[in-house]
Amino acid sequence: MRQLRSRRSTIAALVVFGLLAAIPFADFEIPGLFNGLLSQPGPLQLLALCATFAGVALSYNLLFGYTGLLSFGHALYFSVGIYLTDILLTRYHWALLPALAMTFAAGIVLPLILGAVSLRVGGIAFAMVTLAFAQAGSILVYANPGRLTGGEEGLGLDVTRIPDFLIGVINTKNLYWIALGYLLLTFVVCWWAVNSRPGKVWQAIRENERRVEVMGLNPYVFKLLTFTLSGFLATLGGIVYLLLLGGATPGVTTANLSLALLLMVVLGGAGSLWGPALGGALYEYLDFRLLKLSSSSEIHSLPVWLRAPLAEPLFILGVLFILLVFFFPGGIAGIAGRLRRAGHR
Amino acid sequence: MSTVILLLVTGLGLGALYFLIASGLSLTYGLMRVLNFAHGIFLTVGGYASWWIAVRLPIGEPWRFLIALAGCMVVGAIVAAAVEVSLIRPLYRRHIEQVLVTVGLALAFTALVQGIFGPDPISYPAPGWTQGVTQLAGANIPNSRLLAIAVAAAVFLLLAAFLRFTRWGLIVRAGVENRSMVTALGIDVQRAFTLIFALGGVAAALAGALGALYFGNIDPQRGTATLIFAFIVIVIGGLGSFTGSVLAAVVVGLLQQFINYYSSVYWGFSAAGDLSVVLLLAVVLLWRPQGLLGRSVG
Repeated sequence: MRQLRSRRSTIAALVVFGLLAAIPFADFEIPGLFNGLLSQPGPLQLLALCATFAGVALSYNLLFGYTGLLSFGHALYFSVGIYLTDILLTRYHWALLPALAMTFAAGIVLPLILGAVSLRVGGIAFAMVTLAFAQAGSILVYANPGRLTGGEEGLGLDVTRIPDFLIGVINTKNLYWIALGYLLLTFVVCWWAVNSRPGKVWQAIRENERRVEVMGLNPYVFKLLTFTLSGFLATLGGIVYLLLLGGATPGVTTANLSLALLLMVVLGGAGSLWGPALGGALYEYLDFRLLKLSSSSEIHSLPVWLRAPLAEPLFILGVLFILLVFFFPGGIAGIAGRLRRAGHR
Repeated sequence: MSTVILLLVTGLGLGALYFLIASGLSLTYGLMRVLNFAHGIFLTVGGYASWWIAVRLPIGEPWRFLIALAGCMVVGAIVAAAVEVSLIRPLYRRHIEQVLVTVGLALAFTALVQGIFGPDPISYPAPGWTQGVTQLAGANIPNSRLLAIAVAAAVFLLLAAFLRFTRWGLIVRAGVENRSMVTALGIDVQRAFTLIFALGGVAAALAGALGALYFGNIDPQRGTATLIFAFIVIVIGGLGSFTGSVLAAVVVGLLQQFINYYSSVYWGFSAAGDLSVVLLLAVVLLWRPQGLLGRSVG
């Protein structure tokens, strides 16, 4: 029975990814949801961003959803992917492959070191320490040491370092496939990881860390493993994001992004695989649409007491989040599970 | 020499602001294991409330500023108590959900303030005397720094006296030590918690008004930005330790100010102080994971 279910869900996942991969050929409109044909660069760019954040949310879910580690600093590893690649290519004029290799290495070493320090404390203190480390990264980016990061202005990507098929509006579909490939990779790695032996230990740590210790396992090592893996996957997401946007902006380094990742995972349902992916995509989509809405003329004609909250996407998303925690703590995955159980009865 | 004294007092002023935020955070964590990620909004509330009152009062200084200060404390207490009763109390003992809810609140509230008053800093109607300087051992000390230090010292003494000499303070101290024991004795810790939460809101609102003098303006993002340093302060001081948060606030404020100044003078890089505070945090964690004055982590 279990095998049957797992085979069925594998097939379902393959079908979903197959359909997503075919979107650049979809010459039709979805009125209300996307402007213009789906295969146009605009909707594709948005979908690619959604896929990227779906992957980053999955990486964060390894920490928060499967191991129960509340980190407020995941934006740091995402930013390393963006900024390190950008600096190596644009400021030091490295070729693409060595720059990527260097970023991969940093994406493993940095979470390993910072995780080793911050995992010395647990629970709430861990949350604050990860926040502090990420804040250090953000301060560094804004301070613009040696004019490397571009400070508040951000740093545009030197496109002469990037292969031609990834440049320009006309090639948005290739970038979309890269983003989708990243999502697929993250999905597969996370699926494999949480079903592996260490993955079982992660879930045991989430449920009861003391018992894992009593069984003779060292939770610290397993927590460091999940911290490093999820940091590395977030770094990969940063590289994809850099290619998609063609540059780095310092906003992504701030605590707001770490908090947004938390929102995405809780929105989708922590501790499920497809839930956080859906949550990440949905959050990014809502954020984008709400921002568009806030600059629309309908909003501007509203009285100020209605306009002020509606024009701020984060206000709506924050309130939505509070309601979710109170009324649907399992997120979308939790609601789906409830519906499925109700259907069986 | 005068530079050193100036940096010393400015650093203490910054530490005073950190203390005003960290004291409430540390006590609420110590009592109920609640990490209030929305504590920064009380600072925002304090800054904007005192500004809102001050620009509308048709009377002269010093009364205008004093009334604005008193008003922002009242608003801070009301907002904090409302947050505790409506959002935190229903999730009693579900610590992760409590953190999540305060995260949502912090994001939504900051966005709301930004939507109403705009994303840019608003210049603050500081009374003239706070913008002057006082001669101290040859250094010209801005009065706003001295005021921040004086207010923080007063808050420290009042809070310490409250904890030491009142019945509520006794309940809080006992609750930090062993909450289930106090509850078993039939004492309502929840009410003491609401009180502490509101007092924390008052202290943070004061930090908002004093910070507005310190920086010369109010800004929707400052609450969150300062909160992050307050988190560092309470982890360094030891979670739940009131004295620890005082000590760590002073250390962090001084370190940040001195290193920021000298690194920008010698290397032209002004963020080294902020970074060294994070480095200090890492060192403290490696050496004493429970913080300077904290007990072993539970």
